[in-house]
Amino acid sequence: MMEMRRRRVPLGEIVFRALCLGAVVLPVVSLLALLLSVAAEGVGRLDADFVMRFPSRIASQAGILPALAGSIALVLLTMLIAVPVSVGSALYLEEYGNRGRFAGVIEVNITNLAGVPSVIYGLLGLEIFVRFLSLGQSLLAGALTLSLLVMPVIITASRESIRTVPNALREAALGMGATRWSMVRSVVLPMAAPGMITGSILALSRAFGESAPLIIVGAATFITFLPNGVMSAYSTLPIQIFNWVSRPQEAFQANAAAGIVVLLAAVLCLNAVALLLRHRLQRR
Amino acid sequence: MERDASSLGRVERPLAERVIEALLRLAALVSVATTAAIVLTLGLESASFFSEVAPGDFLFDTQWTPLFAQRHFGIWPLVCGTVLTSFIAMAVAVPFGLLAAIQMSEFSSARVRFWLKPSVEVLAGVPTVVYGYVALIFVTPVLQAVVPSIGAFNALAPGLVMGLMIVPTIASLSEDAIRAVPVSLREASLGLGVGRVSTIVRVVLPSAFSGIAASVILGISRAVGETMIVAIAAGQQPRLTLDPTVPIATMTAFIVQVSMGDTPHGTLAYRSIFVVGAALFLMTFGMNWVSYRLARRYRRLT
Repeated sequence: MMEMRRRRVPLGEIVFRALCLGAVVLPVVSLLALLLSVAAEGVGRLDADFVMRFPSRIASQAGILPALAGSIALVLLTMLIAVPVSVGSALYLEEYGNRGRFAGVIEVNITNLAGVPSVIYGLLGLEIFVRFLSLGQSLLAGALTLSLLVMPVIITASRESIRTVPNALREAALGMGATRWSMVRSVVLPMAAPGMITGSILALSRAFGESAPLIIVGAATFITFLPNGVMSAYSTLPIQIFNWVSRPQEAFQANAAAGIVVLLAAVLCLNAVALLLRHRLQRR
Repeated sequence: MERDASSLGRVERPLAERVIEALLRLAALVSVATTAAIVLTLGLESASFFSEVAPGDFLFDTQWTPLFAQRHFGIWPLVCGTVLTSFIAMAVAVPFGLLAAIQMSEFSSARVRFWLKPSVEVLAGVPTVVYGYVALIFVTPVLQAVVPSIGAFNALAPGLVMGLMIVPTIASLSEDAIRAVPVSLREASLGLGVGRVSTIVRVVLPSAFSGIAASVILGISRAVGETMIVAIAAGQQPRLTLDPTVPIATMTAFIVQVSMGDTPHGTLAYRSIFVVGAALFLMTFGMNWVSYRLARRYRRLT
C-alpha cells in the first residue's frame, strides 16, 4: 500500500508528455537549424556591395538594391492605402453599424477574405488593377493588390482593440454633448491606436514577405533602376530571391541565401516589434 | 448599445458628421466589393474559357498541357498534385500541431506558455519563398541521401516543409478549443481515477472536437492555397500520380508558372489560370466555410 501515498507516474504518461513536448520543440528547433544553415550559406555573400548593387547576370556582382527599394516603396504604399480603409472599416463596424444586418454581411465577408489564398488576390489584381484600370505592371497596381490582401488582418486587429475601450467612456463623451465622430476621434481612436498599430505592423510584415500575388500582377524579376514614382516598374526582395532560387548555378543560390538573410531580418524584426507591443497592451 | 444616446435629442446632425459616417461606410464596403470582384473576375474569365473548352474535357481529360501544341485541359493532374502535397503537409502538421496544442494547454505553466506560443508562431511568420528555398536546397538532398531515387523536384520535400509552416495554425486554434473545455470535466474524470493521458484522450479531446476539426480544415485550406513552396520545390510538371518522389505541379504553381511567362491577355492559356483559380477558390471557400461553422459551434457551447 506504499504506492497509495505517492502517485507513481505511469510510463504511458511519461511517454505522452515527452511526445507533446517534442511536438513543440522539434518544429521550432528544426526551423532554427534550417534558418541557421541558410544564414551560413548566405553570410559569405552578404556585404555592403550586395545591398548597394544592381542585379547582374554575373552572380558575384549582383545586388539587391532595386529589389529592396521596390519592397520598401511597395509596402509603404500598401500601408498608405490599407491602413486608413481598414481602420475606417473597423470603426464603422464597431461604432456605427452596430449589429445591423449590413454589418453582419460585412463581417462574414471579412472572415471569408482572410482565408482566400494569396494567388487569388493576384488574379483579382491582374484583372481589375493591371487590365481594367490600366495601371499596368506598376508599383501602384501591386500595392492595391497587397492592400486588399492585408486588409482583413488590420480590420480584425483594429476591431479587437476598439472593443477594449470601455463603454462608459463613450457614454461620458456623448453625455457631455460630443458628436459621435468627435467622441470616436478623441476617445476611441487614441485608446485603440496601439492595437491598430500592432495589426498594421503584422500586415506590413506579411506584405514584405509576400511574393505569389506580385508575380501574377507583374513585378519584374530583373530590374536595373530604382522605382521613381507610383507608376514605375518594380521588383521586390522575395521575388529577387525567387528568381535566384530558380537558377541552377550554385553562385546564384548563395545570392538567394544572402537575400533571405536580409528578408528574414526585416520580417522577424517587424514581428518582434508587434509582439512586444501586443504584450504591453495585454498588461494594460 | 449606445446608439440610443444620439437619437434622444433628435437634433439635426451636422453635415460633417454625416459625411464622415458615409466615408466610413464606404471603407467597410471595400471588403464586400473585393469579394464581389473576386467572384466576378473568376466567373467571367471561366465562362469565356468554357466557351472554348468543353466542361467535359475539363473534368474528364487526364492531361493538363495548355502551353503545349497538343493542348489538353483536364484539371485532375493539377488537383492531384495539390492533394498530394497537402496530404503530406497535413501528415506532419496534424500530429505536431495537436500535440503542441496539448502541451501548451495541459502541460505548461503560464510562464512557459508565454515563451512557447510566440516561438511556435514564428513558424507562420517566415515568408514562403524562404520555405521554398529550404525545401529545394536542404530538405530534398537529405531525402535523396535516404532514398536515392527521389527527383531534384518532388512532392515530398515541399509537402514536409509546408507541414512545418502549418503547425502553428493547427496548434493555436486547437489550443483555444482545448482550453475552452470546462475544468470540471477534467476534474470529474481525474476524480474517478482515470489517468491524465486517458482524461485528455477520452474526455478533453472529444469535447474539443469541433474546434480541433475546424483548425485541421483551416490547415488543409492553407496547404491547398500555398504557392511559393510548391512553385519552387515541386517542379512544374502536371501529372496524374500519387508518387511523392517525382516532379508534379499544383494548381497554385501552375498559376505562377503561366504568370511568369508572357502570356498575352485574351488567350486560352491566360484564361486557364482563372479557371484553375476559380477551382481553387471554390475548394478553399468550401473548407473555410465548414471550418468557420465548426469553430462557431464550439464558441457557442462555451
